[in-house]
Amino acid sequence: MLKSLFVISAFSTALSAFAADQPAVHVEQPHLQGPRELQQQTAKAVVQDYLDAWQSMGKALDENRPDLLDRDFTGAAKDKIAATIKAQSAAGVHTSYRDRSHDVQILFYSPEGLSIQLADNVEYEVQLSSGGKSVGTQQVKARYIVVLTPSEVRWRVRIFQSEAQ
Amino acid sequence: MREIPTLLAGLALGITSALAQSGDLTIPKSIEAGAAFSIQCSGSGKGTLYIAGPGQMIKQDVQLGGTIAIPVGTLYNAGHYSVWIASDSSTQSGSLDVLPAQKPSDLTFIAKPSRLPVALHNAITGSAYVFDTYGNLITAPMQVSFQLSNPGAPAQTRTVETRNGAAWTQMDSSPREGKAQFVARVGDISSTRIVGQVPGDPCTLKMSAKPAGNKIQLVTEPVRDCSGNAIPDGTIVTFTETYNDSKSTVDVPLKKGIASVQMPAHNGATISVASGVVLGNQIRWAQ
Repeated sequence: MLKSLFVISAFSTALSAFAADQPAVHVEQPHLQGPRELQQQTAKAVVQDYLDAWQSMGKALDENRPDLLDRDFTGAAKDKIAATIKAQSAAGVHTSYRDRSHDVQILFYSPEGLSIQLADNVEYEVQLSSGGKSVGTQQVKARYIVVLTPSEVRWRVRIFQSEAQ
Repeated sequence: MREIPTLLAGLALGITSALAQSGDLTIPKSIEAGAAFSIQCSGSGKGTLYIAGPGQMIKQDVQLGGTIAIPVGTLYNAGHYSVWIASDSSTQSGSLDVLPAQKPSDLTFIAKPSRLPVALHNAITGSAYVFDTYGNLITAPMQVSFQLSNPGAPAQTRTVETRNGAAWTQMDSSPREGKAQFVARVGDISSTRIVGQVPGDPCTLKMSAKPAGNKIQLVTEPVRDCSGNAIPDGTIVTFTETYNDSKSTVDVPLKKGIASVQMPAHNGATISVASGVVLGNQIRWAQ
């Protein structure tokens, strides 16, 4: 199992090397609590779906389109980001989130298989524009705690929360 | 001639850029979700405050050169926020983290399975996530108590410390059938799930035979699992009669705990009984 996750790491890093706009991704060995074994395919799918969620979120916040969250977010995470988009629209504000790097580690696979929790030390750039003008840009390092739950065809982000490092 | 406006424009942009980075805000590094806080900024005149994160966005007009009070309940979704105060002449920036409140207010609790056979070790699992009143996952360690109250058996209790907001446990199903209450509790918040525990497979299966005219009357003893629970009515019991080269099979549902059937009486026939994978006794019929 550990070997397979190294493979994921190598795959992700290699992928990022070939795509200049893609964030650098490192997947650490899982530090699992819980009795359920994590299969390689599951781990790979969860990490990929999580990274896809970042792209969806960035686009949704940049274009103020909550419908772009539908594929990758659900529950509270979707509600909160959708509310942010609504507030941005009302205020004439856009935010552009560009993730630069991810350091992902799967922490918890619930015994019944209905949730997976991971931590991500992520570096990203956030730029805020108001009324068509850039207000400012910040480089951010944050640790995200994320819970994903399975849906019909993919894992969706249900909890998406950063904490102080 | 064309280079001068370009140069002036460049200088202007440079000045704007320098002003934009000329001041930082005095702002708390972190606050608890929903707490009041204040931001101190320099300058004079009017400006606009922006607090932006994926979880929330706030924009409001402010007066520069003083303290901006953010009241209770304004910023409540946990996460990292970038803060800017912009005016026509300057932009000041900072950031803060909103931390989950420490008091638990909600519990997501999943218990599986909802129905299972009795007397299985570690067969019931429960997992829980703990949230504050704003729906933020409380990532600081907390004690979660899991209790499974079984009918006719002592309750099983486990206390588990959350890690990153999550806790889980495993419990045994009771030796006695019935509905168990599975409760997860943190602080004064609790969540209950019902787990149905049904009898397991038949433990022993024993039938007797007696003549009934030109047939054989076959009757099982009450069918029970290995913990003594009655196997539910409707469970299929299969009687098989083998005589010479012929074999006849009859499936009979349990009724009031027993299965009963009449089969042809052939001298020297062998009759067996089974339910699922459990084999019962065998009878050789001789009149």
